[in-house]
Amino acid sequence: MRVIRGKVIVEGEAEGEVLFTDYPITFYGGVDMKSGEIIQTDHPLRGTSIAGKVLVFPHGVGSTVGSYVIYGLKKYGKAPVAMVVESIDTVTATGVILASIPTVSDVPIEELRNARRVRVKGEEVEVLG
Amino acid sequence: MYLTREEEKMLDGEYGETVRRFMELLVKLGDIYGAERMVEVGSAQIAGISYKNIGDPGLEFLEEVSREARVRVPAFMNPAGMDLSRWKEIGIPEEFAEKQMRVVRALTRMGVFPAATCTPYLSGLLPRFGEHIAWAESSAVIYANSILGARTNREGGPSALAAAVTGRTPYYGLHLEENRQPQVRIDVEAKVKGEYGFSVLAYAVTKQIKKEIPYFRGVRGSPDEMKTFGATLAAYGALALYHAEGVTPEQVKVPREGIEIGEKELREAEEEIREEYSDVDLVVLGCPHFSVAQVKRLLDLLNGRSFRAPVWVFLSYGVRSILEREGLVRELEERNVKLLSDMCAVVAPLDVMGIKSAVTNSGKMYRYLPATNGVKTYLDSLENIVEVLAE
Repeated sequence: MRVIRGKVIVEGEAEGEVLFTDYPITFYGGVDMKSGEIIQTDHPLRGTSIAGKVLVFPHGVGSTVGSYVIYGLKKYGKAPVAMVVESIDTVTATGVILASIPTVSDVPIEELRNARRVRVKGEEVEVLG
Repeated sequence: MYLTREEEKMLDGEYGETVRRFMELLVKLGDIYGAERMVEVGSAQIAGISYKNIGDPGLEFLEEVSREARVRVPAFMNPAGMDLSRWKEIGIPEEFAEKQMRVVRALTRMGVFPAATCTPYLSGLLPRFGEHIAWAESSAVIYANSILGARTNREGGPSALAAAVTGRTPYYGLHLEENRQPQVRIDVEAKVKGEYGFSVLAYAVTKQIKKEIPYFRGVRGSPDEMKTFGATLAAYGALALYHAEGVTPEQVKVPREGIEIGEKELREAEEEIREEYSDVDLVVLGCPHFSVAQVKRLLDLLNGRSFRAPVWVFLSYGVRSILEREGLVRELEERNVKLLSDMCAVVAPLDVMGIKSAVTNSGKMYRYLPATNGVKTYLDSLENIVEVLAE
């Protein structure tokens, strides 16, 4: 089984289907916290829900209010079960810490492009299929 | 990261779950930015106040944490989306007002000072030279770092709130002496005057540099002019600190590399941002919040005339109270000028209030009002605005 190691942002364990994008995510104005859907007009995954997935993306961008959107996603039960990022940014870090979503950073996400399912455990991302 | 015993107690949850979560946030942010320890802060200034910006997720978060957490250091909040007392007068929708008041109540329950301003330094929160603080509002951050010589990074809403609740911020970035040195020298060879003049200069500067900390020669404005200058530098260039010869207090090494900005560069900048206008829905002044002196200057310029278009002047509650006692609030109202406290047009729900065009004398307002509210915005000097729109 393939294991990729990164840096823990939020400690925890979660398993789920991978939602991969190599395009940064603007949480504020780009993700609807009540449905979990990506609504960012220029995003390739527009219309896709991030709820219940392991969200793999480069990093977040945009307003610091994005942290509250991540918190809101969790509150409405539409948050990803875990996040894996290439390089953590303040907006995403603040959001996942406030919402307690297991998150790993410093992961070469390209290696997860074709992964279907992973388990995040502490600093490890285990590819299950 | 090294933590003191007190900081460890916070992180271990001895002060409750909310404090624990805020401390965890600061430790993690510190890790990300390579901080070796925390530093105690003298004050915090919290952004993300307007309901227009933070919406229900922010409101719900603040209400949740306000049940348990209390601030440890003096803390102010950034402007809200409406005047907290006179919102009805200016047509703010009832539903917005109700949610906005819930945000403010949550923060005041935590002990945050019950006045919302981007100029806390004009309203009772004045950091000392060298003092570590955790402020969020970009124009206040650059003013505190540059003009006052205090030390702060540009905090986000939650990290500033975390600093207020724990009394700590991670020790990195502009808290460290070595990161505060200027990297580029800018010689300004032109006469610059007023909020408008300093806005144009700031715009011209941000076209020449990326994120280097500038050292200015030939930039000597009044505190009010420097306030607008810094706000516009931050708005266009994301700058959080500058040095200006003869104005700012920090002893630094003057960079040898220099750029010159003269009349020609200023004219070019002006051509890019200035457009003619004859009528607007609204005149917006007070970005950053006006001082007593700025309001009095407006009254002098009017010289008995009244505005054809409604004018909103934003200021802090404290500054407004002084003007009220002097009878100037009424005098200005008779001239179609409303003095509004605790708010900012950038974060007010102008889009649903039918306001389509505006003129301002602030480069920062000019930068953000079209983006946040879809308002066609013009930039002009206060003198000209009065000439065009008062009679």
